[in-house]
Amino acid sequence: MVSLTIDNIPVSVAEGTTIMEAAASVGIPIPHLCFLKKINEIAACRVCVVEVEGKERLITSCNNVVENGMVVYTNSPKVRLDRRRTVQLILSQHDCKCATCVRSGNCSLQTLANDLNIQDTLFGERLEQQPWDQNFPLIRNSQKCIKCMRCIQICDKVQSLNIWDFEGTGARSTVNVSGSRKIADADCSLCGQCITHCPVGALRERDDTEKLWAAIADPSKTVVVQVAPAVRAAWGEPLGLSSEEATVGKIFDALKKMGVDYVFDTTFSADLTIMEEANEFLARFTSGELKDRPMFTSCCPGWIRFIKSQFPELVPQLSTAKSPMQMFGATMKTYFAQQIGKKPEDIFSVAVMPCVAKKGEENMELFYEEYAGHDTDCVITTRELDRMIRSSHIIPQTLKDVEPDRLFHDGSGAGVIFGATGGVMEAALRTAYFALMGENCPPDAFKVVRATSQETDLTEAEFELKGVKLHIAVVNGLGNTRKLLEAIERGEKKYDFVEVMACPGGCVGGGGQPIHDGYEMAFERGKNLYFLDSNAKLRYSHENPDIKALYDNFYEKPNSHKAHQLLHTDHNAWEMPKSPRRDRNGYVLPASYK
Amino acid sequence: MSRLEILTPSKAQLVVEDLYKNLERRIVASPPGLCPVDITRAFIEMCHSQTCGKCVPCRVGLLQLKHLLTDVLNGNATMETLDLIEDTAKSIMETADCAIGYEAAHMVYRSIKNCRQDYEEHVENGRCTCMTTQPVPCVAMCPAHVDVPGYIALVREGRYADAIRLIRKDNPFPTTCGFICEHPCEARCRRNMVDDAINIRGLKRVAADMAGKVPAPACGPSTGKKIAVVGGGPSGLSAAYYLQLMGHQVTVYEMLPKLGGMLRYGIPNYRLPKDRLDEDIEAVLETGIEVKYGVKIGLDIKLDELRQQYDAVLITVGASTDKKLGLEGEDAEGVIPAVYFLRNVGMGDQADLSGQNVAIIGGGNVAMDAVRTAVRLGAKKVSCVYRRRTADMTALPAEVEGAMAEGVEMLTLKAPARIEVENGKLKGIWVTPQMISAIKDGRASVIATGDPDEFIPCDTLIVAIGQNIETKHYEESGIPVSRGKIVTLPNGGFKEIPGVFAGGDCASGPATVIKAVAAAKVMAANIDEYLGYRHEITCDVEIPDPNIDDHPACGRIELKEREACERMHDFEGIENCMNRKEACQEAGRCLRCDHFGFGIFKGGREKLW
Repeated sequence: MVSLTIDNIPVSVAEGTTIMEAAASVGIPIPHLCFLKKINEIAACRVCVVEVEGKERLITSCNNVVENGMVVYTNSPKVRLDRRRTVQLILSQHDCKCATCVRSGNCSLQTLANDLNIQDTLFGERLEQQPWDQNFPLIRNSQKCIKCMRCIQICDKVQSLNIWDFEGTGARSTVNVSGSRKIADADCSLCGQCITHCPVGALRERDDTEKLWAAIADPSKTVVVQVAPAVRAAWGEPLGLSSEEATVGKIFDALKKMGVDYVFDTTFSADLTIMEEANEFLARFTSGELKDRPMFTSCCPGWIRFIKSQFPELVPQLSTAKSPMQMFGATMKTYFAQQIGKKPEDIFSVAVMPCVAKKGEENMELFYEEYAGHDTDCVITTRELDRMIRSSHIIPQTLKDVEPDRLFHDGSGAGVIFGATGGVMEAALRTAYFALMGENCPPDAFKVVRATSQETDLTEAEFELKGVKLHIAVVNGLGNTRKLLEAIERGEKKYDFVEVMACPGGCVGGGGQPIHDGYEMAFERGKNLYFLDSNAKLRYSHENPDIKALYDNFYEKPNSHKAHQLLHTDHNAWEMPKSPRRDRNGYVLPASYK
Repeated sequence: MSRLEILTPSKAQLVVEDLYKNLERRIVASPPGLCPVDITRAFIEMCHSQTCGKCVPCRVGLLQLKHLLTDVLNGNATMETLDLIEDTAKSIMETADCAIGYEAAHMVYRSIKNCRQDYEEHVENGRCTCMTTQPVPCVAMCPAHVDVPGYIALVREGRYADAIRLIRKDNPFPTTCGFICEHPCEARCRRNMVDDAINIRGLKRVAADMAGKVPAPACGPSTGKKIAVVGGGPSGLSAAYYLQLMGHQVTVYEMLPKLGGMLRYGIPNYRLPKDRLDEDIEAVLETGIEVKYGVKIGLDIKLDELRQQYDAVLITVGASTDKKLGLEGEDAEGVIPAVYFLRNVGMGDQADLSGQNVAIIGGGNVAMDAVRTAVRLGAKKVSCVYRRRTADMTALPAEVEGAMAEGVEMLTLKAPARIEVENGKLKGIWVTPQMISAIKDGRASVIATGDPDEFIPCDTLIVAIGQNIETKHYEESGIPVSRGKIVTLPNGGFKEIPGVFAGGDCASGPATVIKAVAAAKVMAANIDEYLGYRHEITCDVEIPDPNIDDHPACGRIELKEREACERMHDFEGIENCMNRKEACQEAGRCLRCDHFGFGIFKGGREKLW
């Protein structure tokens, strides 16, 4: 143990504790900005400086550890003045038009400046102008970037893609897309983790809410909205609703109040995905096609972008099943349009997703009979949904539970857990078990694939069904995925079926979810989904009566010709920028680099 | 008002003088890889502040150049802007009234002429391709990328053996380099911004002196692959060491009776005591390298035979033959090339020069080794004959000073004209007096003064004007050779000859130990790849956390030397090590760029290669 005093309070903490942690242990929250535990401990912003008796210079508390006998002041006159001046310097390079900022009210810099009672920015504003493709799903505003480096670090250390880097030298050093690339030419997975870890409004999703409002206002359009499983676990957080209060039914109520015509739960099409994917897996597995390499799930668009750019040779191992979002979109534009007597082009298909990559997936084309368009016409993230609710001046507490509309009303608990890492695998195994054994397994028979903590990054399991051994793996986070794929490629790992989710913790930790600076909510949200599953009337995708009806009335049976036309995809139908040349540390080399 | 006054500088002037010194030191410590456009803009701004304001090109032109460069950096420029910058710079060069203007413009002109690509990148894409890739200056400047802050921190804590282990991850010659490394690592040391560079080589010497015997790390599991290394100098031995650690079996072919190459047969004992060199070589050999002595490739065995017998062959034969003056009489008795002169001494075959006048031609480190060796062999008078000035000598300044302290005469600005031989025996050398003249490619050239040639009588003439590489056999075996050097791909291999690699002095020309080691790392890694492996060289030594001490300015501790009058009579080592107290203070000056600044963000530590 190390003993010291912080602001005259005696503190005793374990060796290796940082000054910031030691202060927090006695109720002193030292202000900080760039710090992100284990990800960004680089002391760049200098906001967390403290005075240590006997030292002339202030030192950062985020990455310096306590020493015996240290006398620390976190709020001495020197610290107060210097910290204030530092924040004023940061503000001089930050576009402080908070009124029109998507992060206003949830901005660490705004909070910090307010807390320090800074009313005068002191220095002239000097903002950096960098051009940006405003049509890309991921938007960066250089005028708001405070160069905390978190985006670089999260992309390097967690997602292993090094999309962001520091470029230029000296006075002109700045953050930009690595290797002097434009974002649209980069192998960005669009996972959006850089957005959810940005302390300010420098990174955000492309806002598509106006596009949705315009469709609602268009009398010729029938607006159908689906809501993804993970959205229900998070949408209430910024609106002051508890997880018990924030039901999916209230989202439907809000959407109806905004004027959409039909509301559905993506849980339904998650069940549809299971029917297709589980049967595809069994077919590929029994045909011996998976002898050398496993089949990979295909519902996460960040993962699809990743595998296409980083491991193109593994693309044939992907399930051909579309994601639940796209399956739902295709069904709405065809069967549903028929049923309500509309043309596909009059259906405006909307998806509320916890995800930024879905905004990229939306570009995938759909051709069916006369129709040439898209499965999904507009994707909004959970954050955009919340903004729409606020802009509609709906008081969240007044929302009531509303049922999803007919034809696709039912969804199983198996579909709900799609939103958490391991959920797709577990749902698929429930149905695969039934297909193989002719009877249901206990609903929680495969719960071993669930994450046991926020740190669960890879789960491996082995099951025996009818004497056949099944090796599966569940991985989340793209850095972990890269390691796993490399191990598979080296022949060190052998599986039959692998679920991959690009975001740590799965969709609940998605890049489109509400942001809580410094806290990762994925695991807590995932627990919520498992709770909903355990209380669901339906636990098996194959028992969903609306799914059965859909097959009876339209798709005939899983993997039928029509199902292949509408519910499966050719992963090679579109181009993804390939992984660029990188140095041996994984950093992207500029194209001009010799 | 008096007619004349003694002026005393004001406080402000004194401070500005001091700031100039700070700026000089700061420029010395410039981080490598800065954007040329940004730096040029900064320079021109400073130059403009020096203008007297009288003439238009300087007063206005430099300002406009600054604005134009700023436009380029801000993305507000076109290709025409670049032409305008170039033309304006040229115009100022041609019209400014004094050097303040035309030299400043010349900087801009050279920058835009030679770094045009960087300028165009800013114009076309509004961004800069320069980036910080190795933020720790000493590591970046060290050809072998030795973890300098790491071992300095270990020396500070008295963990000398760990320091040696850490150094060996990148350089298996820590003791040797502690004595004779040219320490490029110190050139850009960030501590220069405070006071002076850290004495990095000195601290390595401390580690080597105080660590005791440090065993080599264990080798990896055997791969069954066999590799022949031709030449047992620092490059060959370093490559062999790493290849052994990776699990391959290396056989070194050495033509001389002992290993070490130029370290043993080129560098005199007083600079690198051979028992200390043996410490490094013993550790290298501990990895299980086989050595075949007295075998000369091309004579005793052919390269093709080695290719058949081994999975890979590495050529590291160094630059071990002499370069000729090209003067008549060069083969007379009494004329000897420095490489052979030093090799003979290294082999214990010392010539007795007592009572002789000895002249050495050359101004490099080998020339200094030769003059100081001649002093130790009892010569009556030793002269160093050099075309240029002492300041132009390529030898380390400390070597030149050491030689002068030991009584060597520097006969500068004298170009060898002809060798005077009588009855096949050397009588002396005629030299043509030179004057220093125009600076060409950054180096002062010389021309004849027109005065008559002078005669320097001598009994022994040692020629130290460079070394050549014995390339004949390799050329015959199909190895590409150009300008007397083996030409390899950047990975050390050859396009048409799989499995053969070359590096060190024989590919680079005569260079330094640390460059030889750096080449060896490249070759070892690529031979490993060639053989189908991806072994990693690591070190598990934990580096101490940096402390949070302030860094008040503090002088640099230099290593002391034995008295000149005493050391000139023997071949014992001349340099004394620091003691623990000195080492601790010197190591404590390190600013730990691996942690502070960019280092903690990216590139602060390469844990493996």
